[in-house]
Amino acid sequence: MPKILVLFAHPALEKSRVHRRLIRHIRQLPNITFHDLYQVYPDMDIDMEYEKKLLLQHDIVVLQHPFYWYSAPALIKQWQDLVLEHGWAYGSGGNALSGKKIFNAITCGGSREMYQKLGRNRFTVNELLSPFNQTAFLCHMTYLPPYVVHGTLRISESDIDLHAVKYEELLIAIQNGTITENE
Amino acid sequence: MIYLAAAVIMVPLAKKIGLGSVLGYLMAGVLIGPTLLGFISNGGQDIMHFAEFGVVMMLFIIGLELEPERLWKMRKSIIGLGGLQVVLSSVVIAGIAYYFFKIDWKQSLALGMILSLSSTAIILQTLNEKGLMKSAAGQSAFAVLLFQDISVIPMLALFPLLAVNNGDTQIASDHAETWVSGFPRWAQTLVTLGSVASIILAGRYIIRPVFRIVAATRLREVFTAAALLLVVGIAVLMTQVGLSPALGTFLAGVVLANSEYKHELESDIEPFKGLLLGLFFIAVGASINFHLIAQQPGLIMGLVLLLMIVKAIVLFFLGKVFKLSVDQNTLFAFALCQVGEFAFVLFSFCNKEGILPSSVVDIMTAVVAISMALTPMVLLLNEKLLLPKLGTKESAVNTEADEIIDENNPVIIAGFGQFGNTTGRFLRANNIGSTILDIDSDRVDVLRKMGFKVYYGDASRYDLLQAAGASTAKIIIIAIDNAEKRLEMIETIKKHFPNLRMLVRSTNRFDAYDQMNAGMLHVYRETLDTSIRVGVDAMKFLGHRAYTAQRAARTFLKYDELSLKKLSSIREEDQYIITAREVIEELENIIKADNQNIIVNRDIGWDEDSLIRDATTATGEN
Repeated sequence: MPKILVLFAHPALEKSRVHRRLIRHIRQLPNITFHDLYQVYPDMDIDMEYEKKLLLQHDIVVLQHPFYWYSAPALIKQWQDLVLEHGWAYGSGGNALSGKKIFNAITCGGSREMYQKLGRNRFTVNELLSPFNQTAFLCHMTYLPPYVVHGTLRISESDIDLHAVKYEELLIAIQNGTITENE
Repeated sequence: MIYLAAAVIMVPLAKKIGLGSVLGYLMAGVLIGPTLLGFISNGGQDIMHFAEFGVVMMLFIIGLELEPERLWKMRKSIIGLGGLQVVLSSVVIAGIAYYFFKIDWKQSLALGMILSLSSTAIILQTLNEKGLMKSAAGQSAFAVLLFQDISVIPMLALFPLLAVNNGDTQIASDHAETWVSGFPRWAQTLVTLGSVASIILAGRYIIRPVFRIVAATRLREVFTAAALLLVVGIAVLMTQVGLSPALGTFLAGVVLANSEYKHELESDIEPFKGLLLGLFFIAVGASINFHLIAQQPGLIMGLVLLLMIVKAIVLFFLGKVFKLSVDQNTLFAFALCQVGEFAFVLFSFCNKEGILPSSVVDIMTAVVAISMALTPMVLLLNEKLLLPKLGTKESAVNTEADEIIDENNPVIIAGFGQFGNTTGRFLRANNIGSTILDIDSDRVDVLRKMGFKVYYGDASRYDLLQAAGASTAKIIIIAIDNAEKRLEMIETIKKHFPNLRMLVRSTNRFDAYDQMNAGMLHVYRETLDTSIRVGVDAMKFLGHRAYTAQRAARTFLKYDELSLKKLSSIREEDQYIITAREVIEELENIIKADNQNIIVNRDIGWDEDSLIRDATTATGEN
């Protein structure tokens, strides 16, 4: 069974209703490694060797984080900068991640309608995530469509539950290979 | 040897059945006493004198624990509760003696005063063992006992005035002639008070400098010898002027309670105290004169019961007045209803002074011994039969406002000095409740005025930790100055509060090694972070980028923690004395290790060398 690595980044998890619920649902799943980056590296000093080892041990990488300024919190960027080394993840001889799958699981304050050409964010979420898409491409990984929870500012408890269950089902489905395309 | 063997057999046995060590010792005494096995003749009188030293030492230690500040805090219960108990019990018992037994009023008064006292040794030992010292009953009992101990001074001073000048004045043959026995009565009283004053003055101005000199030799045995000499010396002096040696050493203890040698003295005397106190209990058991009891069983047992009931009623009444809850009150009343070991001393004193005739003294001595022997059993009955009926199980509930440590804070900070206060302020700034224990009473006062929750006490003591909520707290931060005391605390906590996570301050690497050997995972060296921060600033002033310097510092910190762990595992255990030579060797080891593990602080991800190489050979990307 393929193994999933969830790279989770939230600088203030105690303030996030949605992520806490999502985590609770997937944390205990078999063959999933939940890696809480802000908890492990509160000073942003990422242990490159350890992170590389983790990547090699897994087949699917989920970047789970809130959608800050159309991107991820700073620690994800730091992780990318330091772990995805030239000559290891990309560039000449950089084939370590070749064939692995990666996607973002994100929460957005705004509704789906706002992330449209005519909405106030002018671009779709998928478009805004293209740096991740391209990073995956350069690292010879398959970039899957993101899992997005919209409208988290006014989301109801029952909707959070619904999303948590869906998220859990999605991860299991990806492991089982019964799904590859999902919004 | 017989004593030791009896104790070794009986005490664990008694504890196993849940009777407590005091009863075990007493039973051992009865067993080897003249009536049963007859190993000791003479009712254990010889050993009794020897073993009374246990009581003397116990009072010295109690004195040490009682800083004048704490005494002051307890003034209300000591004087109110204690004073009323002594006065009321004395009057009631004297009244009974006068009206029902037709004893001369002077003798009745002496009897009343003597019998109003309770046994410090038995009560404190029993309550301590049951962990009830911090309960309301325990605190009240302690206050009363303290007042009783103090009231022995005026009693001894008063007794000569009560002497019936005619008739059976006889000097007990087993007591040596004292220095003062030739003096007139008023002069004896004067000498008595004078010697008390001299102990206080000597404690203030002579004993401390002497200990400073002894401590400077850094030989533990010498210090122990000095401590013993102090206690024995005071005891002898007190006996010579016709005072209770226990009281003298208690006073010396109080005077020394604020001194820097308090803890050393305590730990030096403690083992002697424990052993001798055990012997004392054995002697009490052995001294029960069963022949006398056999002759007048009705009279003696009747007296015992009458006495204990009268005392218990007075105590219960006082407990009600002082608003103890019912279960605490019964514990309080039953705990204090026996007559104390001071009675032996006072009786023999009275006998010698001709205040009481031998016939009365003999019977009363037996009564006292039996009442003492009965106490642990009464308490056991109270615990097993009465309390369950009362419904409320006694627990470490505190009533005294200042003594209450009744917070369920998740953090306990032991030591609020330079180290602990920063941690404490940080946690407070983040709304994390912490219970603070500190040994510096001045600091406690100031911080309390500032609104901190700071409590006074020796944080390595089990009962204080228990009272501070160590069984419900999640974390304890051990931030006290004294490295030895920290290790002591670690052991206490490991033993009694295994679920409490310990974060421990350590002075230096050696201290850290000791703590790691003791199984500590979270060890914080005092100066480590600060020294590294100095290094970071030095790098910055030399033109290094701030972020680079910062990261280098954190890498170094991680590396140093690792090397500490490695070096600590190489070290042999039990190295306590660290010579200057070893410090140098250790430094050498550290630097050698540094050289072997050159810190790689190159963040390859931010390094463009290989990218540039790639760009020059192939088509550039990124």
